[in-house]
Parts: sequence; structure tokens; C-alpha cells
Amino acid sequence: MTDATATGARFGLFLDRIRRSSLPRRLFRHRLFVTGLTLFLIVLFMAVLAPYLAPHAPNQNNFRYRLGEPNAIHLLGTDNFGRDVLSRVIYGSQVSLRIGFMVVIMNAVFGTLIGASAGYFRKLDNPIMRVMDGLMAFPAILLAIALAATLGPSEFNAVLALTVAYAPRTARIVRASVLVVREMDYVQAALASGAGHLRILFRHVLVNSMAPLLVQLTFIFAVAVLAEAVLSFIGVGPPPPTPTWGNIISEGRNYIREAPWISLFPGIAIAFTVLGLNLLGDGLRDVLDPRMKVETR
Amino acid sequence: MTAPAPLIEVDSLVKHFPIRKGFFSSSEAGTVRAVDGISFTVARGETLGLVGESGCGKSTTGRLMLRLIDPTSGALRYDGTDLAQISPKQMRERRRELQIIFQDPYSSLNPRMTVESIITEPLVIHGIGNAASRRARAHELLDIVGLARSYANRYPHEFSGGQRQRIGIARALALRPQFVVCDEPVSALDVSIQAQVINLMQDLQKEFGLTYLFISHNLAVIRHIADRVAVMYLGKIVELTDKHSLYTEPKHPYTQALLSAIPIANPDRQRQRVVLTGDVPSPINPPAGCRFHTRCPYAEARCKTMEPPLIDVGGGHRVACHLVQPSA
Repeated sequence: MTDATATGARFGLFLDRIRRSSLPRRLFRHRLFVTGLTLFLIVLFMAVLAPYLAPHAPNQNNFRYRLGEPNAIHLLGTDNFGRDVLSRVIYGSQVSLRIGFMVVIMNAVFGTLIGASAGYFRKLDNPIMRVMDGLMAFPAILLAIALAATLGPSEFNAVLALTVAYAPRTARIVRASVLVVREMDYVQAALASGAGHLRILFRHVLVNSMAPLLVQLTFIFAVAVLAEAVLSFIGVGPPPPTPTWGNIISEGRNYIREAPWISLFPGIAIAFTVLGLNLLGDGLRDVLDPRMKVETR
Repeated sequence: MTAPAPLIEVDSLVKHFPIRKGFFSSSEAGTVRAVDGISFTVARGETLGLVGESGCGKSTTGRLMLRLIDPTSGALRYDGTDLAQISPKQMRERRRELQIIFQDPYSSLNPRMTVESIITEPLVIHGIGNAASRRARAHELLDIVGLARSYANRYPHEFSGGQRQRIGIARALALRPQFVVCDEPVSALDVSIQAQVINLMQDLQKEFGLTYLFISHNLAVIRHIADRVAVMYLGKIVELTDKHSLYTEPKHPYTQALLSAIPIANPDRQRQRVVLTGDVPSPINPPAGCRFHTRCPYAEARCKTMEPPLIDVGGGHRVACHLVQPSA
């Protein structure tokens, strides 16, 4: 009993600290951010708890229930192999989020590396950024499809293709904020004290260039989820029978008249996730960089 | 008056910024002549004031002195060593003796670092002391600049402009430098705070035997703190003399115009205003001859063709004007 009160009090203090420090407080007051975060957390829990949430195994065929309508046993119906759509959508979130996370991490690493080099070392700027412009001249999704098709369908190749397609955009954003921060007086002060380039880059420039990157990465996440579905849909993503949202939609396409639920529910899941991530990103942007705030009624 | 050996000797220092034409061509479309051949000395322990209007090259000069930007040509002797010639590695070592205080107290402190890590960063860079001794030094420096020790763990955004400027001063003092470039250190502060910060800087100068290059556009501030004053116009020094003779008998027409623009807090007193017409010409294409001739009320024909040298007109009062003759 006393233990519980103590824990409760400590938790209260913890909540209090979050509420008082200004960044989380402003974030949690932002209604869209909270909505986005909730949507995203629902999907995240779905992915993490998939084995416990899914009522059936995602790849278990059951030919007696082919193209079954949603009912009490199969809440979202079954597909052409009699597999439970709900279970496949739940397991599909694992693939989507995994690819999304990987693309975000790869983007953060390569985008920062490339963008920071271009922005900080002025001699590298033109060579690097012209190559990035070249990559960006190509529509990102086409580039990703072409790369994924060349590399062959697999989860890793999808991540690779999406990284190549989107890292130039991240690099450009990092470069832009590095260009601003490197001219700040505190960078000059560090130079005047004899600091080396690495120290200046990491301790002074990069830590102060992170806000736009963070916002960009949430959008990259959303785009990656969407792009993964596109790659899977046209058959260059993770190969079937892996349950990815794109694969499920793609397989359901042939039965769209008889069994629209096959394609409908993974589509809703994608929309849900992307919407959540975009709201999250908008909220982050509003709070981290109020100057970019878009007035909404 | 015997001149003590100067700590700093600047000789024909030039900084031209190239303007590039396009992405692929390396040819230059022109140059901004930010600093165009200036020479002066700063004696140990003195304060040299550097005045001039926006864009005349004051700040560029200050940054050149610390080699935050590399000079196009010219020599920059510090304690006998030409800083313009030594390697970056040697320069890094010399940076312990040279420091800078910035104008904008908001952009001069890294918002992601605590006051303590800001102040002790120079010590970390030069590998001085251990964590404990650096913390002690940070506390000592906070005492020196008149801030509470308890501020050490706070972040810059928690402070006012004047307090932030004190933090910047503490950082500049961390390595016990000899020479400090003060780049408009009080221009961004309220007048009441200006006085406090200037007095602090004067106290520090006395206590630690600092030598200042004090850059400002505020003639009243310069008059208060400087021993000698250099007046810059479009990348050139037009007049350089001790404070007293500059303020009582300015010789260069530009200096006269500047001084006459200082308001006098006495409505009954009449005075001659020298009002300049026109704008400062562009440093990309400065006027031939004397750079001031386009706006000078006394300009003659020779001013348009011949550039006047900065000559001693008596008593160490140096002026760059054809119309001022040495009073031998």
C-alpha cells in the first residue's frame, strides 16, 4: 500500500517534470501532435504485440473459407487462400514499421553525413549537392522502384532503394540548417579558442541543426510506409507470402469485386499510419520551429 | 613619450572577398575590398578603439586579427610572430593568447551547452586541467565577471542580454589571454547595462593587463574606454591618434563629420554641424584617389586621383588627407 503510494508519488513527480519543462509541455498541448502520436502508438503496439493480438497465424491457409466475408471468427474476412485478413494486417504492420524505422535511421545517418559535409566544408558543397540535385531530379518513387527492381525483391533492398531515393532530400535540409548554424558567433568563438573541425561540427553545429531534421524524418517515415506499400504492390518489395500491407492489397486486387475487404483494410491501416506520422511531424515542426508554423483554423 | 614595444603590429593588411560569377566558373566577377591595406600598432595594455560606420571593415579587421578569416595579404605581427604566416597548427596553439568578445549576446553562446561547459570549453580544447579544476576555474571566472556560481548549470536562454555578455567575457578570459578583440561588445545592450559591462571590461583590463582592440560605432563608448582611436572609412584608416586629440581637434573631414553628429545634451549650445551628403560608396568599386572625396565638402582635384597616405602630422597624430599638412 505504502509502496504503491510512493510509486504513485514518484510517477506524479515525473509527470510534473514533463509538464513543467517547456518542450514536452508545448508538444502535449498541441492537439494535432497528440492525435498523431496516438495513431502512431496504436500502430506501434499492433506491431509489437502482433503475436498476441492476431487471432490466427498470418500465413495459415484455409481453403474452406476462401474469400470469406467478415464474421465473428474472421473479423475482417479472409482472402483467396482463406487467410485471416485481420491477422495479416496486424503482422503487416511489423514489416511496414520495420522498413519505416530502417529507412529513417539510414536517412538520418547518410543524410546528416552528406548534408553536414556539404554545408560545413564549403569546397565539397558544389560537388556533393550537384550529385544530390541529380538524384532529386528523378521522381523519388520511380527511382526507388527502379532500384528495388534491379536489386531484387527483399526487405533489405527495399530499405536500400528508399534510402537512396530520399537521403538527398534529407541531406539538403541538413545542409541548409548547417549553413545557418556555422555562421553563428558561438562557432566563431570555438574557432577562436582553437577548436578543431570535428569538435565544432559535433558539439556546436550538428546539435543545433537537428530540429528540421527531426521533423523531416517523421515525414520520411510516413513516405517510407507509403512507398513500401507501393513497392510491394508492384511486386518489388518483400516477396509474398510475407504479409506486408502492399502485398495484401496487391493480392486482394484480383478479388476486389467479390471480396473488397481484402484490400480495404490494409489500405485503411496505411492511411491511418501515414496520417498519424504526418500529424506528428506537423506538431513537431510547429513546436520546434514556430516560424514555419502554418496557421490552421 | 617613449613608445613601449607594441604587442600587435599590423602592416598593410588586406582582405578582399571574391565575388564568384556562377557555379561552374571559377572566374571572379569582382572583389569586395573589405579591408584595403591598413597599418597600426597596439601597445601592450592599451585599448585601441576602432570606429567607423556599418560596412567599413571594422569587424573584418577584428576577425583578421584572430585569423578567423585569412588575410589576402599583409603582415600581422603578434609579439614578434607574423600570425599570417604560421601554420594552422601553430596558430591553434597561439589562440590561447588571443580571444574575442562578440556583439550579439544571443548568437554568441551555444544554446545547447550549460554555462559551465561554455566557459570551460577553451580549457578542454587545450587540454588544461581535469574536470574538477576546470569546474573550479569556471566558478572563479563567474566570480570575476560578477555572476553567481549557481548559474554554472543553467542554459544561455535563462539569462538576460547583459548576463549573457558577461558569460561571453568569462569564456574569453578562460585561457588568460593577452589580447582581446571586442567586436561591438555593448552595442546590443541597453544603455544602463552598457555602462556596467564597459566598467567590468575596464576593471578586467587593469586586473589582468589585457590589451583590447575595441570595435564600435559608438563614439561616446570609444571615448570612454579607448586610449587611442583609429577611424575607418571604406576599408582604410583615415585618422589614427590618441583619444584626446581626436575628440578635441579632429583633422580628417570624415572624423569631423562623425564627431559633429554626436548630439550634445544642451539645447542652448550652438554648434557647427558637418552634414555629409550621399551614401557610402560600394566597397566593390571604391572611388579612386581619396575614398572619401565623393562626400568630402573640401575635395579638390588631386583628391580624385591621388590616394593620400596615412602620415604623421605631428605628435603621433596620423591622418590620411591631402589637405592636412604636417605641423612640423
